[in-house]
Amino acid sequence: MENWIIYLLNGLYFASFLFLTSLGLSIILGVMGILNLAHGSLFAIGAFVAAWIVGSFGDNSPIAIFSIGLLAALGISGLMGLVLEISIIRPMYRRALEYQLLITFGALLLIEDLIKMIWGGTAYYASKPFSVMGALSIGENLYPFYFLFAILISLLAGAGVWVIMSRTRLGIMLRAISMDREMAQAMGIRIGRLNTLAFGIGAALAGLAGALLVPTTPALLGIGMDPLILAFIVVVLGGLGSLKGALIGALIVGETRSLGIVFFPEIELPLLFLIAVIILVYKPEGLFGEK
Amino acid sequence: MNLKDLVLRPAFFICAGIFIGMLFLPQTLPVYQLMLIESGLTFAIMGLGFNLLLRYTGLLSFGHGALFATGAYAVGMMGRWFPDLYRIEILIPVALAASLIISAIFGFICVRHTRVFFSILALALSMVLFALLVKLYDLTGGSDGIHIDLPIMFGKSYDGVKRFEFLSGGYYYFLLCTCTAATILMYAIVKSPFGMALQSIRDNEVRAEMIGIRVRRYRWYAFIISGLFTGLGGALWSFVNGHVSPEISEWVFSGEIVYMTLLGGFMVFVGPIVGSILFTYMKLYAISITQYWMFIIGASLIAMVLLLPEGVAGGFVKLFARIKRANSTGVR
Repeated sequence: MENWIIYLLNGLYFASFLFLTSLGLSIILGVMGILNLAHGSLFAIGAFVAAWIVGSFGDNSPIAIFSIGLLAALGISGLMGLVLEISIIRPMYRRALEYQLLITFGALLLIEDLIKMIWGGTAYYASKPFSVMGALSIGENLYPFYFLFAILISLLAGAGVWVIMSRTRLGIMLRAISMDREMAQAMGIRIGRLNTLAFGIGAALAGLAGALLVPTTPALLGIGMDPLILAFIVVVLGGLGSLKGALIGALIVGETRSLGIVFFPEIELPLLFLIAVIILVYKPEGLFGEK
Repeated sequence: MNLKDLVLRPAFFICAGIFIGMLFLPQTLPVYQLMLIESGLTFAIMGLGFNLLLRYTGLLSFGHGALFATGAYAVGMMGRWFPDLYRIEILIPVALAASLIISAIFGFICVRHTRVFFSILALALSMVLFALLVKLYDLTGGSDGIHIDLPIMFGKSYDGVKRFEFLSGGYYYFLLCTCTAATILMYAIVKSPFGMALQSIRDNEVRAEMIGIRVRRYRWYAFIISGLFTGLGGALWSFVNGHVSPEISEWVFSGEIVYMTLLGGFMVFVGPIVGSILFTYMKLYAISITQYWMFIIGASLIAMVLLLPEGVAGGFVKLFARIKRANSTGVR
């Protein structure tokens, strides 16, 4: 019984950074209609920035430095997102889908090698915050406090996005764009600037998610590939442009993964897709999608 | 259009000329160049299949690497489990059958969506195959992949023959003929009533449905045909490469397939063929000059999308059209 609780709680940790990744992907897809294949690379940038900061300065007070690392990851990935949008994504809005996908694919290849140029091909370890925080004992098992910390951070970020989206003028404008682009433009919303901002927010969320992962997994080349694929599943499951959908989708994927790794490691990924396929057949817009 | 009109077009003479020229490549090119061309030719078959979905059905698959891997792994696993049947005239039908099954399953799921969700689904499914290929170690050799031996080709055994001798000998002609046949077949498909129906679906789904085309089912058929071509390309490629590993099922390779097709120009029928051969050369060149070859490929891709969106072959077609127009206005 207690084992089950641990598995479920581990799934929550997994779901927490998956939630942030897919939320960013979902915002970009919802507002701009662009599937950002470079999202995993922005995730990787966040992971490398945080791991590098913790590894270089985090010997004395790892938790404080890790918090700085989180902010830096958020900022640098967000900045990278802004640069990407302004330089190459912007001319793509009126173009066909294949060009939009292909240009983010090009960005992915570029960023992967950029990471290799800056940080080299070696792994960066940042497990200090994880070990310093200790663990909570549940029955005979231990549950790391770091997992709780990560869940808290991601809930905070999710709440922040929710406040922006539902309570501020900016959020209302962003939602207006995702509902009807042309009408929003006709009403005088400056779409160009908001697109840039939305891309920046999405990229920053991916960076934060990547930073949250590094205390348990070393930052390696290609670290963003898996989260990207899983975030696709989350978006398909939860439905487009819905915060609730991203949350529930991330929980489903996170828990399935966590239980799958224990009980049926060989078919854990196919099982996720099976769930996605069943939902697509019966509810093509996703569990909480609009339309 | 009847056969006579087809044969009298200048494009036919150009294609026939290229085919005849390519018959003499093994005598003129060094072996490593020839291997590149062969690799490009297998990608070309795949590109033709891919473009049936993209250009003629309006569906962008980001998971065609999995179908390519299906063909290649069918050959590899036949060699591993049924060495007695390791003959090319058996291997190719087996690879086609495997592609038929996998693409029927993938297609059945994917065609429930269009546009970007179709791409995501195709990508996601290709990653399932990737995960299975990596994890089912006993069956597929895991991440090590499978070594591909030289097959018995039409009763002739290549036991003890070096791979490059095999590739510059009979196999090149076999590949060239298969590729030509595939090209002609695909041309016939896109010009057939079926191909026209696909294009009407691409242009306007609602109207196509109104005139009685079963939209989802036709998309499914297109996916399967596309998968068959892609699997054939994969099977033929495995002999050229000599080794199959799960990377060809990963979505990064699927992205390269999209790039190849757009590099050649997906709005032109021969675009994918031009693109795949160009891409093969470009990638090898980039790898040979720097370890940051992905940077070069990525940068060239972005530059192409921004500056030459109609691709190389598409650019030529546009150029010719402009010259033709300039001439005709000059006469007037």
